[in-house]
Amino acid sequence: MGVIMRDGQDSGTVPDHYDTRTVGDPDGYDGALGGLKRRDFLKFCTGVAVTLGLGPGFGIRIADAATKAERPPVIWLSGQACTGCTESLLRTQHPTLESLILDHISLEYHETLNAGAGHRAEQHKEHILDKYRGQYLLIVDGSIPTGEAEAYCMVAGRTQRQSVEEAASGAAAIIATGSCASWGGIPSAAPDPTNARPVNAVVKDKPVITTPGCPANPYNLVSTVLHFLTFREFPEVDDKGRPVFAYGRLIHENCERRAHYDAGRFALEFGDEGHRKGYCLYKLGCKGPMTYANCPVIGFGDVAGEGAWPVGTGHPCFGCTEEGVGFFRPLHSLSDVENVEPPSAYPRVQAEEGEGVTPGAAAVVAGVGGAALGAGAVMTSRLARSGKGDGGDDSAGDDNARE
Amino acid sequence: MSGGSGHFAPLGGRLFTRTFAIASVLFLVAAVVLAQRFAGGLGAVANINDGYPWGMWVVVDVVIGTAFGCAGYVMALLVYILNRGHYDPLVRPALLAGLFGYTLAGVAVIIDLGRWWQFYNLLNPELMHGDSVMLEVGLCVLAYTVILWLEFAPAILERLGLRRAERIFDRGMFLLVALGVLLPTMHQSSLGTLLVVLGHQISPLWQSQLLPVLFLVSAILMGFATVVGEAVLASTGFRRPLERDLLGRVSRVMAYVALVWLVLRVVDLSVRGAFPLAFDGTVQAGMFWVEMTLHVVPLLLLASPAKRNQPPVLFASAALLLAGGIVYRINAYLVGYDPAGGTWAYFPSVPELLVTLGIFGLEVALYLLFVKKLPVLHRPEAHQA
Repeated sequence: MGVIMRDGQDSGTVPDHYDTRTVGDPDGYDGALGGLKRRDFLKFCTGVAVTLGLGPGFGIRIADAATKAERPPVIWLSGQACTGCTESLLRTQHPTLESLILDHISLEYHETLNAGAGHRAEQHKEHILDKYRGQYLLIVDGSIPTGEAEAYCMVAGRTQRQSVEEAASGAAAIIATGSCASWGGIPSAAPDPTNARPVNAVVKDKPVITTPGCPANPYNLVSTVLHFLTFREFPEVDDKGRPVFAYGRLIHENCERRAHYDAGRFALEFGDEGHRKGYCLYKLGCKGPMTYANCPVIGFGDVAGEGAWPVGTGHPCFGCTEEGVGFFRPLHSLSDVENVEPPSAYPRVQAEEGEGVTPGAAAVVAGVGGAALGAGAVMTSRLARSGKGDGGDDSAGDDNARE
Repeated sequence: MSGGSGHFAPLGGRLFTRTFAIASVLFLVAAVVLAQRFAGGLGAVANINDGYPWGMWVVVDVVIGTAFGCAGYVMALLVYILNRGHYDPLVRPALLAGLFGYTLAGVAVIIDLGRWWQFYNLLNPELMHGDSVMLEVGLCVLAYTVILWLEFAPAILERLGLRRAERIFDRGMFLLVALGVLLPTMHQSSLGTLLVVLGHQISPLWQSQLLPVLFLVSAILMGFATVVGEAVLASTGFRRPLERDLLGRVSRVMAYVALVWLVLRVVDLSVRGAFPLAFDGTVQAGMFWVEMTLHVVPLLLLASPAKRNQPPVLFASAALLLAGGIVYRINAYLVGYDPAGGTWAYFPSVPELLVTLGIFGLEVALYLLFVKKLPVLHRPEAHQA
């Protein structure tokens, strides 16, 4: 009884392999995703394909998947979290939330978005978990309190750990979104009174895809979900379960301020000349050199696009996506550098341009020049004088000769 | 490198003379400044900045110092490559000049490097960049300094009485000489190439594709001038007979090299249409004319074969040509250089000047030490015989 009920169909099968025969009538794409024109719709699907690193040719498969009548059910469980991940999902633009949950997936349970409440909402969740066992997608945000502190997060009489374990047992796939669900996030930072753990610490028999971030960039979450809908499998992930299309590169590698880092131009304190000129924030504690995320490429939170992210606004990255960095390292402490080390001595923010000639230096140069000129002239005239006398074997002598 | 041991002899005599004392004081002053430099960094003593990263120490101590050091190079070229054996008496003093010029240039590079303790990385093949002119200069100068010491080694071995070691050196000398001629040819031209890389930041009065050739010819010229000037000074200073015939012949070669340099320089300026800049009344134009005058006047002095072996003419032309080479390098590297992107200014600071003077003082003191204690100068009686 979630706010969004699925279409009439109970279940559907999505072809495992792409086949040209399954490409629908192109005109059939008209009106997709809540009334897009065919051209706009295909452009959007191609954009999604390219974002996933699949190449534009895959756009048609994304389009097929997005227009399929069958929409997979999704259960979203929230643990110890600030709801920031949901808040930022509500503002997603690629696609918009309504097209995601109306046209792509069937969001059956989400504590923030549920229309029903209390027993009705829980009843609907139980119904879906049972009816679509092995087919639904489980998304979790927020960390899970464990051990003696397990009871600190309870919904409908069950602890978060029990809820997650129950939902995970019948899930087709599991995504942990946000840093809390991915690796523990802020609840797991000292003093960690709830013994907070990520999803993959509770669910050990199934792979958990993680899209860390505080909040997770909805672009990365939605792209991962659409990849799953299209191919029935997740994109390539790294050893921490993060999709490599989004988390394959250090922030430092694609940072718009990287050239300043390489040239040794650093902001040294907030508001100084280097900071105002947009120099590298490494010395203010930017964790970009040790944090894997695509923020410099697509911006933060899918809100305003490229350039709208912490470093773009003049604040150092604090490493929210990276376990052991965000919330663990002091905000303005120097980052480790995973690839090219910075020089151990930095140039100043304001280069000195030189003062030119000083009276002292001019005097020394003039003195030396004059002495050389005089000595040369004296030497030449002495040679000339003695040369008249005895030819080559002269003995004009200098200081050394008169020792 | 000896034309048979026994032809050269230590000068002997008292070491602590007034000249030696003055040179030593200059060096001690420089040592105090250098202590400051190594304690407080380059910025504590030098005026160099991001716009002028090369200051006095690079231009004078390295670029000009190694040009002085080309004395050994040109004499090796004359005596061993062109097989003019009669110049042999001039070889060891010339090698000594080269030895000091290059060794102290190497010392100056270390002083001038911001992070000098990483110097050894120059020799790490993993870090080398094959297209770097600077790398070529660095490696060549380093290698040639070693070669110079090896070339000069027989003088030291002779003094120590190590006859067998001396003979081993004599047998391998052809290889050392070959390298000793190849290496300066490479890096003296590269010192010009370093400026080609700077492009439009160098005034058209000096920027040219011919810079490598001009720098090489100029270095050869300064090498000859050093040989001649040093011979005259040593003969007067130590009351020795002057090898007038030999020096007259060397100065003839020197005059031709000066002519080649002047022709190249003028033709290059004309072809590139840069001459009008020499008349626009700027400091650069003025310095250009100083440079040209210092090359033309000695050429006129040396024009008459009759006067060519006169000590005053020899000394004056050598001194003027050395001054010309110095001004040419200062012009090309500093006066004609206009760094991009800022209102940069540079003039050497007093401490910078004191270090350069101190290195010069060290050179004089070491020269006196070496010629008095080692067989460097030719035996007058051996020559007359």
